[in-house]
Amino acid sequence: MSGQLTFTYTIDGDDFTRAGEASSSVKNKLKMLGVSSDAIRKVAIAMYEGEINMVIHADGGTITVSVSDDDITMVLADKGPGIPDIDKAMQEGYSTAREDVRSLGFGAGMGLPNMKRFTDEMQINTVIGKGTTITMKVYL
Amino acid sequence: MNKNKFMRSVRLKESACQGCINCIKHCPTQAIRVHNGKAHIIDKFCIDCGRCIRYCPHHAKIAVYDPLSVINNFKYTVALPAPSLYAQYNNLTNVDIVLNALLKLGFDDVYEVSAAAELVSEASRQYIKEHAEEAPFISSACPSVIRLIRVKFPSLISRLLPIKAPVEVAAEIARARAMQKTGLKPEEIGIIFISPCPSKVSYAKSPLGIEKSNIDNVVAIKDVYPLLLPHMRHDESQLVPLSHSGRIGIGWSNAGGEVAGLLADNYLAADGIVNILRVLEELEDEKLHGLTFVELSACNGGCVGGTLTVENAYIATTKTKRLVKYQPVSKNHLADNPEVSNIYWADDVEYEPVFRLGNTFKESLKMMSDVEDLTARFPGLDCGSCGAPTCQTLAEDIVRGDATPNDCIYVLRANIADLSRKIENLTANRETNGSLSDSDSELLDSYIRTLTAELASFGVPEHTRKEGAD
Repeated sequence: MSGQLTFTYTIDGDDFTRAGEASSSVKNKLKMLGVSSDAIRKVAIAMYEGEINMVIHADGGTITVSVSDDDITMVLADKGPGIPDIDKAMQEGYSTAREDVRSLGFGAGMGLPNMKRFTDEMQINTVIGKGTTITMKVYL
Repeated sequence: MNKNKFMRSVRLKESACQGCINCIKHCPTQAIRVHNGKAHIIDKFCIDCGRCIRYCPHHAKIAVYDPLSVINNFKYTVALPAPSLYAQYNNLTNVDIVLNALLKLGFDDVYEVSAAAELVSEASRQYIKEHAEEAPFISSACPSVIRLIRVKFPSLISRLLPIKAPVEVAAEIARARAMQKTGLKPEEIGIIFISPCPSKVSYAKSPLGIEKSNIDNVVAIKDVYPLLLPHMRHDESQLVPLSHSGRIGIGWSNAGGEVAGLLADNYLAADGIVNILRVLEELEDEKLHGLTFVELSACNGGCVGGTLTVENAYIATTKTKRLVKYQPVSKNHLADNPEVSNIYWADDVEYEPVFRLGNTFKESLKMMSDVEDLTARFPGLDCGSCGAPTCQTLAEDIVRGDATPNDCIYVLRANIADLSRKIENLTANRETNGSLSDSDSELLDSYIRTLTAELASFGVPEHTRKEGAD
């Protein structure tokens, strides 16, 4: 693979105000690379949703973003509780977020559906009690 | 088109510049570097917001605009006062006092920008209603906001309200009416805007959204303000009635004034360049939901906070509110203004990828990789000693060919320490063994040469460093 570039971010758990910092940073780097605004938009939205999910459900984690000639790959890995029913979690409006989280305007049940909608590929690997790794790709 | 895409009115007064780092730290687009003890503004990154003018403690950043003497260049002149002009005066109860004073100052006629603002408000209401599914729209009245979006937020360009700014509409109407009234040719009539900010100066010379502006010259509120004062003391009953704008039009000078004219409920109004940057980031990420309209002004407080004004922005805000308190909501309607042939933008605003590193994606990828490597070598203090605002920006400058790693004082210090150590080891070897091998001897010479060159770069930077991007 020629000319691949990787960025790694550590996401802090339980701090909503900082969620979005990683996606902002990636967005700026993609602009400097001259990636199309459509692809940037997809990456930013999918990654922000992922960041929020990691904060709400998994007490943080790490995000690795790789840029190659063909695509942008985002790997979001956490050591959270895992997703018991992926099909349900993929339904729009389904949420297991706590009440206090919902009162902040999060937990609308659009996180995973949006991540899927705005990316070209998405894979979820989850182990109950161990954690979840989501791999998303946006084609260039 | 695009005769001078990156025209700017904020300039450096080199004699006043002390080479400190205040401006580079406050520039929202990281458009300033300090090289050889002087600041340089990089044209393509500058959005003319004027923040450096505010923050430079040595007043070395200035706005370039026209002197009032430009009124002598025309047979007939029309003043276009920005509504923020009214907010400069204490206890102003009647706008006609200011407008009559403008005539006494030498203008042949006046046309209030606030009157045109009411037409823009009307057109905006209509446009938003007809294109509801494309909401939210971003206001396009502040040229610095358009410039910021054009270089940094390509995905938001389509959200800009494609309607001319009030001052442009005012200029169009003023010229048409002056031609009708005097029979003069268009070029014999001078349309002169009295502006609160340098951003509009650049706009008049190099407009966005249209080919050519109807504004001939832009003068500063701070120049006109004191000259009007002596003409403002007279019997109010003698005033020629000139004012014809209501609460909506005059209110445009304050942050929140444009949205007030839209009579919309779901809006956001942000002022101050740092705040609007945050809003644009969030809009881009689609984090803000349910909005119809987003009003953004680069200056704190809105146009009353422009760098060419005199009064404190917040006091000016209150004065505007007091002035319009008993005015009707609006006095101008599109149907009564046939002079406005097209209130919409004629040209598209295009993305200018000035922050892109390379010419191709492949090249950019390689350059970005070098930026990452370089940034890792720097201490991450963002101290500004190199003349770039952050370690990351220095890395970008180096990759673009506009700086060298040794511009970082910490890298230079480490290099010098390393060379000194190497020289010390080799000379110690020479002492123990009596002589050095040919290759070691050559190495020693080269270390000494490099060290001397690096030390020399402290004293006379002009001779060793290449010219900056400006």
